[in-house]
Amino acid sequence: MVWLRRIRQSVMLHSFLHDPVAVGSAIFLLFFLIVGFGAPLVAPHNPYDSASIDVMDSEKPPVWEEGSDERFLLGTDAQGRDMLSTILYGLRVSLIIGMGAVALQAFLGITVGLIAGYGGRWVDTLFMRLADVQLSFSTYMIAIFIGAIVKASLGVGNFERIAVPFLIVVIGLAEWPQIGRTVRASVLGEKNKEYVEAARVIGLPARRIMIRHILPNTLTPVLVISTVQVANAIMSEAALSFIGLGMPITRPSLGSLIKAGFEYIFSGSWWITILPGIVLVLLILSINLLGDWLRDYLNPKLYKS
Amino acid sequence: MDTTHAHNAAASSATPLLETVNLVKHFDISGGLLDRIQWRGSNLEFARTVVRAVNNVSLSIAKGETLSVVGESGCGKSTLARTVLGLYPPQSGQVLYRGERIDNLSPQQMLPYRTKMQMVFQDPYASLNPRMKVREILEEPVRFHHKEKSRSEVKDRVAEVMKQVGVCPDWGERYPHEFSGGQRQRISIARALVVDTEFIVADEPISALDVSIQAQILNLLMDAQEQRSLTYLFISHDLSVVEHISTRVAVMYLGFLCELAPTEELFTNPRHPYTQALLSAIPQLGAPSQDHIRLSGDVPTPINLPPGCVFHGRCPHADKRCRREIPAFLASGDTTLVACHGVEEGRI
Amino acid sequence: MDTLLSVENLTVKFRLRQGDLTAVDNVSFTLGRGERLGLVGESGAGKSVTGFSLINLISKPGFIDSGSIRFEDIEITRLSDTAMRKVRGEKISMIFQDPMMTLNPVLTIGTQMIETLRAHVGCSRRQAEAIALENIRKVHIPSPEKRLKQYPHEMSGGMRQRIVIAIALMASPGLIIADEPTTALDVTIQAEIMDLLLELCATEGVGLILITHDLAVVSQVTQRIAVMYAGRIVETGDTQQIVHRPKHPYTQGLLAALPQHSNRQNRLNQIPGVMPSLIKIPPGCSFHERCDLCQDLCREQIPQLNEKSSGAHVACHLAE
Repeated sequence: MVWLRRIRQSVMLHSFLHDPVAVGSAIFLLFFLIVGFGAPLVAPHNPYDSASIDVMDSEKPPVWEEGSDERFLLGTDAQGRDMLSTILYGLRVSLIIGMGAVALQAFLGITVGLIAGYGGRWVDTLFMRLADVQLSFSTYMIAIFIGAIVKASLGVGNFERIAVPFLIVVIGLAEWPQIGRTVRASVLGEKNKEYVEAARVIGLPARRIMIRHILPNTLTPVLVISTVQVANAIMSEAALSFIGLGMPITRPSLGSLIKAGFEYIFSGSWWITILPGIVLVLLILSINLLGDWLRDYLNPKLYKS
Repeated sequence: MDTTHAHNAAASSATPLLETVNLVKHFDISGGLLDRIQWRGSNLEFARTVVRAVNNVSLSIAKGETLSVVGESGCGKSTLARTVLGLYPPQSGQVLYRGERIDNLSPQQMLPYRTKMQMVFQDPYASLNPRMKVREILEEPVRFHHKEKSRSEVKDRVAEVMKQVGVCPDWGERYPHEFSGGQRQRISIARALVVDTEFIVADEPISALDVSIQAQILNLLMDAQEQRSLTYLFISHDLSVVEHISTRVAVMYLGFLCELAPTEELFTNPRHPYTQALLSAIPQLGAPSQDHIRLSGDVPTPINLPPGCVFHGRCPHADKRCRREIPAFLASGDTTLVACHGVEEGRI
Repeated sequence: MDTLLSVENLTVKFRLRQGDLTAVDNVSFTLGRGERLGLVGESGAGKSVTGFSLINLISKPGFIDSGSIRFEDIEITRLSDTAMRKVRGEKISMIFQDPMMTLNPVLTIGTQMIETLRAHVGCSRRQAEAIALENIRKVHIPSPEKRLKQYPHEMSGGMRQRIVIAIALMASPGLIIADEPTTALDVTIQAEIMDLLLELCATEGVGLILITHDLAVVSQVTQRIAVMYAGRIVETGDTQQIVHRPKHPYTQGLLAALPQHSNRQNRLNQIPGVMPSLIKIPPGCSFHERCDLCQDLCREQIPQLNEKSSGAHVACHLAE
């Protein structure tokens, strides 16, 4: 168990354990990941199963309020779905979209960044202008535009089935330049280092030098940016869902839950919108705080000054 | 191909292992289109900023010798090294390996030469990929050039070379950061030796190391040369090191060769005024600071080369001709080549 | 010669997670007024840390563990930050390898020199400018008036180092500590800077501590040398004597490893191995693992720096 001992002795673990904020956010994040992805096992009800939902149960408050029903720990929403279960399933949808979108961003960003950075001159100019153009459209504009086309061509019913991959693709396409630029910047820093020259003296082809030699040395900043980007993607998804372009209420994400509950907030059923809101805030906060720690740990000089 | 150029007659009558003919390497650092727009008088112009790193360099290296190129920082010696190896394409001129032109080959055509020509770098911390194990670093060149070799053959080859450079073969599973600077430089040398190397360009291979380690690495380089009859192009700014290991020495200033001579000849009888100044500035152990030749002014930038001889602004012997005419690299005596009007005219 | 600086049993440690690391171990030396001392050693030998501790510039996690540093009649180790800043500005100046550690890239040379001067001396702008010009002339920079208006990046490395020396001289200090002042410069420029330092030490009567790895340079500039190895001084004495007749096996090895005229193309004498990491210094003499003469005593007992018959002080059980 050499690697286990290495982890135990590592400076990274030491730095992590001595940062209470990092440990706290890691615990929160881990908890969210487990209950989110384990939602079908953990949740007391299945919100997707319309047979088990009774409209008579709608708008029941959480157990600590008057008029609650002990079957529903955090109350129910307007359709009579158990809030706790809905939040857990929504959390899962949000996490899948967030991570999926960042995986797509990373793939696009790393590919483009590597080619632009290593290719130099006109390849670089072409790709980076493309990124500039891309960044000058906001994520929402792209989503509204593509969403309208897709919805019109598939029909609203069909759209609900492809909503998750659709959001992944839209958010992934809209935000790849963040990672692309980071990768390009580190490739520019790495490609003139002597180990790359050594690889060229050996005669290795450009593609191999890029993938095997340069790429592993540019991944550190990508890791940092990716954590923050997961939080951003989850927020984008929530925002899109809130304005009705994201997940349908039949397969809610945290964002569409907040939107669905928003109508009832003034009628007194605050929990339908506030509870998923709190979960969203805690999730984003824990990811961002962990990302901050990772950034400070990996590159204390670059960012802190 | 015609390789009988006048200037290598002095070196040897046989075909040299490596030869450069009027090699020129300039870098355009003017940046994008917008950066280049300049007003000159009332005209809009596209100005180019060009670093003239290597200018008209012709030299030849015989098999088995060590040719050193010395000069101060920014004189173009590292660029020359990289242009010779094809890391930078030259603007004009030729690089010949065993009489065959190699500067215009495609990467594919270049492959057979890649196993013969290798490089050792200055910074042992930057020249090894931090994310690769030492074993992977050393096996990669063998695997790439000898795809027919079996796994165990590759392993044996790497172990043999590691032993030769004084790195324990059991340490192959470690990463470069676990080694000291001297050990890393040994690994870097091992990487240059694992293929069928004949010619090594060593770019300041010991200047980043401590004094007691420098001797170890110099000895290793000399041992390897003896065992495998290697040929070195040795780039350095340290004249006492150069004096120790070279067969011949070329002195470079602002991208031009000033003087090329057998080591003993150059150190006992320097002819070019710059060589004389350089030699007189070497601190001698234990000797009181002697009266060295003081050069006036600073080294000009290679962006705006002075007209005529590039050294004329700092040269105590410069006259009108030096300010106007670039001196030719001419034989002076049997074995020495000097680019100086003063030497040519017998003034110096 | 009256004593300018005396360092006694100086120990500097760095507090690390694995425990304390001793960077400078029980180091003692003295420097007379106007004397030039070379502190020689490889990287990690503790020579720079010694230099920094002389002006109390050891930054965390480092700290002066014990020992005393007396400059004139001031005990440096016990000074407050404010008092220390005064000493640094007026009595001891430091020159670094990289001139840009001293120079501010966004201010002109003139602004920097005049501000420094007015902060410490409190004279008028005009007086300050006159002193600045005079100091730039001292370091032989042509057209000083023009230089005052330039930014550091408009100058060459050698010129910048001259400006740093001019700044160091401004408060007429008693001691200049130069940490590898010419390592980043070319040989011809190095020779000029060393000439300049020598000349200024003579005309201004300044003491010099030259920290360097380059034995040849140190042998030309200094009167006495202290050779450091793994945080300790292993040999100290008259420069010419050490260079020509070194007594400590490490100094001998170091000198023999330099390429010389006489043994061209032969193998150099090399010291086997590397300097031990400061985290795990071997018991006894720290050089014993690399020493040909090593005996049992060397593995057990740390040799003290004792005066030998030649007059040099050597920390070796076997040197006589």
